[in-house]
Amino acid sequence: MSIQINGVTKLFGDFVALQDVSLDIPTGQLTALLGPSGGGKSTLLRIIAGLESADSGTVSIEGNEATHLPPQKRNVGFVFQHYAAFKHMSVAKNVAFGLEIRKRSKADTKRRVDELLELVHLSQFSHRLPSQLSGGQRQRMALARALAVEPTVLLLDEPFGALDAKVRKELRDWLRRLHDEVHVTTVFVTHDQEEALEVADEIVVINDGRIEQVGSPDQLYDEPANDFVMSFLGPVTHLDGRLVRPHDIDVFTSDRAGAVAGEVVRLLRVGFETRLTVRPVSSIGGSYAGEVAAPGEDDEVTVVLTRSHARELALDVGSKVWLSPNPGATTV
Amino acid sequence: MASARLREPTPVRWGLRLLAVVYVFLLVLWPVSLVVKYTFADGLTALSTALTDPDVTHALRLTAVVALSAVVINLVFGVWISILLVRYEFPGKRALSALVDLPLSVSPVVVGLALVLAYNPRTGLFGTHLDAAGIQVIFATPGMVLATAFVALPLVIREVVPVLAEIGDEQEQASRSLGANAVQTFRRITLPSIKWAVVYGVVLSLARSLGEFGAVKVVSGNIVRQTQTATLVVESKYQGFDQDTAYATAFLLAAASVICIVVVSLLRPKEQS
Repeated sequence: MSIQINGVTKLFGDFVALQDVSLDIPTGQLTALLGPSGGGKSTLLRIIAGLESADSGTVSIEGNEATHLPPQKRNVGFVFQHYAAFKHMSVAKNVAFGLEIRKRSKADTKRRVDELLELVHLSQFSHRLPSQLSGGQRQRMALARALAVEPTVLLLDEPFGALDAKVRKELRDWLRRLHDEVHVTTVFVTHDQEEALEVADEIVVINDGRIEQVGSPDQLYDEPANDFVMSFLGPVTHLDGRLVRPHDIDVFTSDRAGAVAGEVVRLLRVGFETRLTVRPVSSIGGSYAGEVAAPGEDDEVTVVLTRSHARELALDVGSKVWLSPNPGATTV
Repeated sequence: MASARLREPTPVRWGLRLLAVVYVFLLVLWPVSLVVKYTFADGLTALSTALTDPDVTHALRLTAVVALSAVVINLVFGVWISILLVRYEFPGKRALSALVDLPLSVSPVVVGLALVLAYNPRTGLFGTHLDAAGIQVIFATPGMVLATAFVALPLVIREVVPVLAEIGDEQEQASRSLGANAVQTFRRITLPSIKWAVVYGVVLSLARSLGEFGAVKVVSGNIVRQTQTATLVVESKYQGFDQDTAYATAFLLAAASVICIVVVSLLRPKEQS
């Protein structure tokens, strides 16, 4: 295990940022710390980096006790959400910073900087100042700078959070490919479940200062440990007292055993999908009574169908439908 | 301009502008220009008389020594206190921040008097010990440096604090995580980022220190050719009916301030870029 965290607790005044968190992060993998803002994931990352100190508990990196080591002795690379570029230095100087601090020879430093700028596709910008780069380029520079010192672990704090959607997606793919080339143990913090599912080998879901679940993207999606994990990994809806994903619901136009009867109250077509809002009706004996039993929004069920499937069923506002989770659906 | 329609009618607009210009002219430019006019009333005579007067040359040298010492002290402590105020949380931080501003609001005469009470060789709390060690503070250069440093204390800090707060500490954290220790981080990351604010603060401090009068007059004893600075010479020459020398010395002080202001205005655009 590359990073071992044992019983870490951190308070900010009265606010519990982390409560007795223990976690092993495997060597050479890309691990995502996923959770809502204020859940403690960034604090955990900063404790690993030594930028924040834990109130209790221990951290060890590659088997070395690191709990009380200052950040400069931990040999970690840290990438900040807002890049933290050294504004008064050129791109090449930024990347060379860690090597100059380590007193590497000039030739050695130059060779390594050239190599890294090549890796992050910034060779032609080496003499520019960070202010002359776009957000995505700045973040790639920050990544090269962190990688320059050959860190034992690479830590990224919401690395793509400040970028627009398109660049974000490009950098996400690029990070995945980069990690396949440079097998450094990487931990990144994100609140975007899609980002975590797409990039990470392993996901740690953190909420309210506690770990909700640890597992591969597939495990988390197929076997969520609780309703929080399930609802955080994508849209969910309530059907018959259970949590189901809207696209995992079968829609019938005639009564089925165990199906919930309802009436379509809203229908929205977005691209290839059709989103239905169905209001269940009082279903004595499962039959449609034509009477709205629960006008509350909470009881409304959201269903997602493909556009063609919806057309096939000739659905419209006011249609009577019967809903049941499809056989392979994940429910909580 | 989009705001053109919202403007006052032209005569009112010009009237208001003129009023502001006249105000500044009457208050600042005209009186100062008179100093220049009287200095050069007989060509360069007044200036050359002043510069050959040993009272004046001694005072100018002393002013330079006192002002430069005070600026160096304020530079070191100013940057130090600024970092403390922006980067660290500690009990009494608000009190420290308020204390730093005190010299702006307290009359320099009060400052001088307070320093005399604290450092005088007979009853002063520190003065008696320093006197025993053979160090004279009051009526000597150390006291004058102290008084000047006290008066100019906020200038560097008030320039550096907002810049430090604005750049944030992420660059410093990045530097630490890349292996730099505190000293390396300060020298390579923090200092280059606050460079212009520091320079600006230093120039302001220098201008303020050159012109200090009240506090220095109280602590120096105003002894001719010993503890008399340029501002004190202006006063004593003027009262001793040696007006030409007073004007010439005043002109030199004003010229130094103008140079400081020019330097500052040259630095400003760089600071913004």
